[in-house]
Amino acid sequence: MGTRGYRYKTSHSLSGPGDGGKTGSWRIQRPVIDLERCTPARRGTEVCFICWLYCPDSVISRTIPPVIDYEYCKGCGICAEECPTKAITMIDEADAYQDDEGLQACSTEGPRPCT
Amino acid sequence: MAAKTTILTLPKEEFVHPGNRACTGCGLSIAYRVGLKALGPDTILVVPPSCLTVLQGLFPVASTKLPCLNVTFASTAAAATGVREALKAQGRDHTRVVAWAGDGGTADIGIQALSGAAERGDDFLFICYDNEGYMNTGVQRSGTTPQGAITTNTPLKGKQQRKKDVPAIMTAHGIDYVATTSAAYPLDLYDKINKAIALQGTKYIHIHTPCPPGWGYEPRYSIKIGRLAVETGYYDLYEVEKGAFRLTGASEKLLEKQQLVPVRDYLQSQARFRVLTEDQIAELQAQIDAKWAMYYQGT
Amino acid sequence: MHIIEDGNAAAALGVKLAGAQVIAAYPITPQTPLTEKLSEFIESGEMKAQYVPVESEHSALAACIAASSTGARAFTATSANGLLYMHEQIHWAAGARLPIVMCVVNRAVGAPWNIWNDHQDSISQRDTGWIQMYACDHQQIIDGVLKAFALAEAVSIPVMLCYDGYLLSHTYMPFEVPEEEKIARFLKPFAPAYALDPDDPANLNTVTLPDVRVDVNGETAHGYMEIRYLLQEDHRAALTVAQEIEDRFTEVFGRGDDALLEPYRCEDAEYVVVGLGSLTYQLHDVVDTLRAEGFKIGVLGVRLYRPFPSEALAEALTGVQEVIVIEKALSYGYEGALCSDLKAALCGRQPTVTGMIAGIGGREIRTADLTDTLRAHVRGAPDEDPGWIGIRL
Repeated sequence: MGTRGYRYKTSHSLSGPGDGGKTGSWRIQRPVIDLERCTPARRGTEVCFICWLYCPDSVISRTIPPVIDYEYCKGCGICAEECPTKAITMIDEADAYQDDEGLQACSTEGPRPCT
Repeated sequence: MAAKTTILTLPKEEFVHPGNRACTGCGLSIAYRVGLKALGPDTILVVPPSCLTVLQGLFPVASTKLPCLNVTFASTAAAATGVREALKAQGRDHTRVVAWAGDGGTADIGIQALSGAAERGDDFLFICYDNEGYMNTGVQRSGTTPQGAITTNTPLKGKQQRKKDVPAIMTAHGIDYVATTSAAYPLDLYDKINKAIALQGTKYIHIHTPCPPGWGYEPRYSIKIGRLAVETGYYDLYEVEKGAFRLTGASEKLLEKQQLVPVRDYLQSQARFRVLTEDQIAELQAQIDAKWAMYYQGT
Repeated sequence: MHIIEDGNAAAALGVKLAGAQVIAAYPITPQTPLTEKLSEFIESGEMKAQYVPVESEHSALAACIAASSTGARAFTATSANGLLYMHEQIHWAAGARLPIVMCVVNRAVGAPWNIWNDHQDSISQRDTGWIQMYACDHQQIIDGVLKAFALAEAVSIPVMLCYDGYLLSHTYMPFEVPEEEKIARFLKPFAPAYALDPDDPANLNTVTLPDVRVDVNGETAHGYMEIRYLLQEDHRAALTVAQEIEDRFTEVFGRGDDALLEPYRCEDAEYVVVGLGSLTYQLHDVVDTLRAEGFKIGVLGVRLYRPFPSEALAEALTGVQEVIVIEKALSYGYEGALCSDLKAALCGRQPTVTGMIAGIGGREIRTADLTDTLRAHVRGAPDEDPGWIGIRL
């Protein structure tokens, strides 16, 4: 199929996610939240959200509990480094991939809580 | 003065899509993400070639939700002027015009257009994200690369010259608002951008922006390193409002504390400073101490 | 209204009538009086537009590019090294398909410094993707500005209206000022297909790949090559659009003719001299003299140089024995660009093409020299290739 009928004659980009593809595939390590230690999860109130603030890729939700979008999370580890309660641990992606839970989390069905 | 923004009062709406091409742990991504929250949807961006061009996406996909004009390297500020003048001509003047450039596009190739626009007082906010080098082309030295830093074209001895002080240059233009901030202090960044966009005329904000591949550290340390730059007194957070200088946020707190973290901690956290000698580190510490002695004295 | 003014004033009046909304310019001789006049119109309130006194030509076109991208009718003007300093932006404006109009007040380029007229500046920008019109007198300047905006906006391609420094820019001539009340019938308000808008956000001029790519709606978008192909396609189509605009101008204002070429005494000519700009009008006198002497010679002015009116030229020159191109610019190491273009257009056809160079750096082109050179040439005297008229080595 040619592009003859395309509506623009210039480089006119429209907004959408995933320009760089499923950037979750870049990860070597995966952040995993321990909800027992996560302040908003533990208290059930809107509090902390430091991981959300510092995430370069807006893949951590500002929700109770915070949810990581593994489809796009690049695995930088800033969240784990900055979490004041050390509730986030970076685990090897290869290990995470071994178990079913990890595979599900990596599916393309969208963000889901990591338990 | 407006109340300081907190994590809980920071707007939830995101204007940058995930899955963009920015590097893992990119300091610009943090600054840009929070910066766009401050700007809000009624904004037109102007962006020259830089890492941001890549972050923002390749045709036909845009990783940002705001309208943006990509322009030639040297022309950012003049293009921002053009957008503003066109909006005025059409009675659409409520829209915010924001130029967002890297340090090369600001301090080096972009400085003529920036200086011209600031002298004319053209109405837009110019934001420089300073990752201290030409990172998008593979880490070459720029005017704002610090002394002693290894780059791909200062590969053995490190850059010999000092960092160009762009905020001071902008202050010398007599514009109403100049501020420095850091990607490691997103709430400070948010409040300063918010303050700047409410003002008329040319405004300038300089963002210290840690860069994992360019500076040589693990991506997870982007915030820690940005914070160290401030806590060592190496990079200061301040505002110059109508000519009046004032340390702000974490730097203001250092004034009270009167205790800086040794700059060695900052330098040793990054591979780019690996060739600095003990003498050079001592000299740098002396420079910082002298600068802060003046701050302590209130001068 | 019939007035006597200089060429720069004619251009400024044209820009005012065209309703340019954003004007950004940097001073350079001999363009300066044009932009001075515009700033005066705007400061006095006679013209409603934003004037940006930028710090360089690079910024002048940057501001116009941005203004045009934001939906405003934009104008700039320059000369010589100013034009060269814009070079990157000139390509950019065409690639972004922005209907900016720029007057190029033709002047020689350095080194060495020279402020006088030739065409090396605009000809050096031939391949940037801009449309290039050449005016021969003040009437063509003022009308040309209006036609340039109409054409640029019809095909989404920027237009350079070139006119000779000093010879036209600083000389006074009588001309008709298009009636203001008729302008709206000729030039509609600027309404681009897209202008930067927070309510309809798009990221313009993003990095574009060598190959096509699917967009967020699942449609296949162009690669860089398709975007450039479309520029070329629309450029060629502009030959037809330019004539349609010329005809509409004639209908509204009662003057105008051929948008591409301007022949003079070419009907039965065996020899035709081809050129650009005011030189072609000077050649009218030469042709009159040589005709009186019995030579069958005419002049063909090229009014639209890009897109190149190749078919129209080939048709106009059918049956002609020889074409002599006289131009004020050349591609160093070969010959004049117009000469090369014409040879290509006439390839496989009857007329032979001879190139001559004149007036470089403002060297006076004496009508007597032109007459003597052409007389000798058609009589068969050998000349250099390309022959330099008026050279004193």
